Amino acid sequence: MKRIQLRDLCGARSGDKGDISDLSLFADDEAAYDALLAVVTAEKVKAHFGELVTGDVERYEARNVLALKFVMHGALGGGAPRSLRSDNLGKTHGATLLRMWVDVPDEIAANAKRRERPPAHP
Amino acid sequence: MAVRLGGGQGFYGDGHRPVDDLLAAGVDYLVCEALAELTLAILQKDRQRDESLGYTRDLPLYLQQAMPYVLDGRTRFITNAGGINPVAAGRAVVGAAKSLGVSGVKVATVVGDDVRPRGSELGLPDDALFANAYLGARPIVEALDAGAQVVITGRVADASLFLAPLVHEFGWAWDDWDRLAAGVVVGHLLECSGQVTGGNYSGRWWENPDPTRIAFPIASVEADGSAVISKPPGTGGMVTFDTVREQLLYEVHDPAHYFSPDVVADFTSLTLDDLGDDRVRVSGVRAASPPSTDTYKGLVCTPAGFAGEARLAYPWPDAEAKARAALAFLRTRAEENGVPVEEWREEYFGVNAFGGPTVDNGDCEAPEVIGRLAWRTADRESAGRIAGEVGVLGLSGPPTIAGTGRGGGGRPSQLLAVEPFYVDKKLVDDQVRVEVEEV
Repeated sequence: MKRIQLRDLCGARSGDKGDISDLSLFADDEAAYDALLAVVTAEKVKAHFGELVTGDVERYEARNVLALKFVMHGALGGGAPRSLRSDNLGKTHGATLLRMWVDVPDEIAANAKRRERPPAHP
Repeated sequence: MAVRLGGGQGFYGDGHRPVDDLLAAGVDYLVCEALAELTLAILQKDRQRDESLGYTRDLPLYLQQAMPYVLDGRTRFITNAGGINPVAAGRAVVGAAKSLGVSGVKVATVVGDDVRPRGSELGLPDDALFANAYLGARPIVEALDAGAQVVITGRVADASLFLAPLVHEFGWAWDDWDRLAAGVVVGHLLECSGQVTGGNYSGRWWENPDPTRIAFPIASVEADGSAVISKPPGTGGMVTFDTVREQLLYEVHDPAHYFSPDVVADFTSLTLDDLGDDRVRVSGVRAASPPSTDTYKGLVCTPAGFAGEARLAYPWPDAEAKARAALAFLRTRAEENGVPVEEWREEYFGVNAFGGPTVDNGDCEAPEVIGRLAWRTADRESAGRIAGEVGVLGLSGPPTIAGTGRGGGGRPSQLLAVEPFYVDKKLVDDQVRVEVEEV
């Protein structure tokens, strides 16, 4: 097993509904999807976000598009028009989850497809 | 014959130039989705100031863009820009059409999503500022069947705006659940404009061609419900398997049960095929089981106090420590001045403003930090009193404060709480009206 950060392994997008933050992770192949399925559990996501998420976290599977969905309750300081947070819409939560470190099989880590970075400024 | 839908707007404040590209590329329907939960709250503040407001005020600009194509009979225009005041929006559209010298255009207005007058019957809070049910596609279909070329609605669900022209064109039955679900998927993919064509894309976003001209999307939909998502020729951005699936799951909660007023769609049933050249095919959509519900979702809004905020920037050395000291200064001053504060929020940009406890900076020292303090109070005056102490930090606070730009303490703003509720479909349907007027 190798320890890698989710940012190398998948994409992410997040948004809001009321005080719920709604977050998806996107794998690049079946093997990576299965690895995510095994390690990125609702419990681990809840623990990762700590004080940022006060309620429950639910996980849903969408294997047809190699995606996992996380629905996080009590995650936006009361909901967009009520929240004191600068990210009142949870748009950064996808990036926040990409910071998570996970243990995956060596082959999955070696094939992680999201290692490219934007070019440096000239 | 395929029907071509253009996703002309993703929110109130979206760009207008990509709409011209959609119209020039040729769309049978230009559909503009203007309403987020936050937008309704913004419109409520408008309506509080002026009873004739409460719709998105750039609506006449969209109308002006679309009108030559509407007059040609090439394109019809559908929007929920009516917000919480579709009657006023309809009036504004008729006025704008007249001022453009237009005649012979049928404009339909859909009303009846406002359930605030029945608040006590529905058990809604007495101090509700607005309470609206999310209507489905039916009243829009009724308007199109009556020949309307422009349809203005209030709180119709985003995806239903796009489903309606498909039902109108293809004659899908209201219990042809899989096709309705396919139409909802198409609507959901188009409702956030640039988010399916390379915007807010977490993959190799830096490879977006012509990134300042990100296109808005087109769906070419067949009678069986399958569709190809694409974009106008010569525009920026990209349509790939990856950009489409990121939008597919955006804000949908359980993807196997995507609730719309018209059908519950199963997004896990479908197949996405990347055809290359910025074209992605969507097929095989099925409805969930059971495929529909007896209720509409609604959104009720109540007052939730007032907020103010201050942002204070500090350079190295010890930037974070200085910012923390500055925010502590403001909090202590508020306490000493006896200002009743219900909630504080501290954020340190450059340290962990977004990532909170997930950030491990190790021994790394931030080169510069912005401390942001936000506060909630019951009344506007208290929120303003805290802001009044921000300037004091310049000469009496931690060293080397940078200017606060034009932010300062800012003017207090009202906070609003929004809560979902569910209401019997029949109760709402009985009050929905479609009014068609020829300009």
